[in-house]
Amino acid sequence: MKYVDEFRDRKFAQALSGQIALAATQPWRIMEVCGGQTHTILQYGLEDLLPSTVQLLHGPGCPVCVTPLELINKAIAIAPVPDVILCSFGDMLRVPGSTGDLLQAKALGADVRIVYSPLEALNLARKHPDRRVVFFAVGFETTAPANAMAVYQAKRLGVSNFFLLCSHVTVPPVIAAILQAPNNQVQAFLGPGHVCSVMGTAEYEALCRNYRVPIVISGFEPTDLLEGILRCIQQLERGEARVENQYARAVITAGNEAAQAIVTEVFDVSDRIWRGLGSIPKSGYRLSYAFRQFDAEREFQVEAITTEESPLCISGQILRGLKKPSQCPAFGTQCTPEQPLGATMVSSEGTCATYYKFGKLPLKPVSERDTP
Amino acid sequence: MCLAIPGKVEELFQQDGLKMAKINVGGIRKSVCLQYTPEAVPGDYVLIHVGFALSIINEAEAQRTYQSLQMTDDLKDFAALQDQVSNEIR
Ligand code: SF4
Repeated sequence: MKYVDEFRDRKFAQALSGQIALAATQPWRIMEVCGGQTHTILQYGLEDLLPSTVQLLHGPGCPVCVTPLELINKAIAIAPVPDVILCSFGDMLRVPGSTGDLLQAKALGADVRIVYSPLEALNLARKHPDRRVVFFAVGFETTAPANAMAVYQAKRLGVSNFFLLCSHVTVPPVIAAILQAPNNQVQAFLGPGHVCSVMGTAEYEALCRNYRVPIVISGFEPTDLLEGILRCIQQLERGEARVENQYARAVITAGNEAAQAIVTEVFDVSDRIWRGLGSIPKSGYRLSYAFRQFDAEREFQVEAITTEESPLCISGQILRGLKKPSQCPAFGTQCTPEQPLGATMVSSEGTCATYYKFGKLPLKPVSERDTP
Repeated sequence: MCLAIPGKVEELFQQDGLKMAKINVGGIRKSVCLQYTPEAVPGDYVLIHVGFALSIINEAEAQRTYQSLQMTDDLKDFAALQDQVSNEIR
């Protein structure tokens, strides 16, 4: 595929690996923000191409993972209401709440559907005027413009049976939260390429200034990430802290202003609870006053269901880059993608699930791992 | 979840007042909303996420990234050559 294959070339990856080894004269710790980046790093074994002094820390950028359990419970409570069609992206349906997941609710008779786009959910509402269609909307800034457009269109077309159960989070506040922590480990960031294609780079300039940390906005293919790592190390070695844009083929400084405008119109910035991390001020969106009629939490008075996370789970520390999944006693034993105990195992992009998938199991025999 | 993939714009159309396009993503044709990249025309590649085009891929920038990779690779060969030469001299 054009714009994909050329950035997966092994010979380039090896050349970058050599450059990184030359550039790094001391230990450095770099965090990739996005779950998609973590996935590429593990899938292509990019850590094996780095000198042992360069450590990658896996960040909090998996929106499915950080969606609070309370909201998943709400979705599971709304789904069986007789006139409801509940829809969401595929990965949301398998996330376990306190009592089962949405797929199980579907098996028990609830009308739960997977949609590829929020516009598809809106079309369902138009096709079924006698039903209430609830779209479980999660995501970072990448997804917000799509969800905002669905609501905007609903209002424009006068669709009154479409609702958003909204859990939108934003990246810069969580980066700030990581950097403010007294035990912070992160020295540089690979910035979220797709988030920046929407939001541009200004917020990251501010983070660089305020925290003196290099941020290289990076793509998602193997050589994108290696180049991002190289540029981070070059800045660290020179004592610089700037925003660089490795992903210039998709990101411009201003971002996508048309998308930003709709997001600003439909959503207000709000405090958000992040699963595994707790409440972070001004770290997400909720529907603005003008669009409140589309708010599923207003339409469906679901009682707050108290939730408890497993005491074994260290996903909060994993999301901050303080620990790796292999340091969790439950990893791969009590906690697996089929039976996840915490945030970073619930979605395929979560760090624990990614480690599990790519065989970073602690008990795998050495001989097996050595075979190419 | 923030996965976005490049696809080629093939055909523009309107639907419910929204700019849309048929887009070819690795051989599969999808309907994608172009409301956020209204200047995209057939032949352009756009970055698609949950049914929306988020940006038009900048061919010149993609080339530049590719060329810098090529250069890194050439440098590596050059370094290897230098090593070889200095070994031979020794
Ligand atoms: S392996 Fe499971 S229990 Fe351990 S940190 Fe990851 S999600 Fe939590």
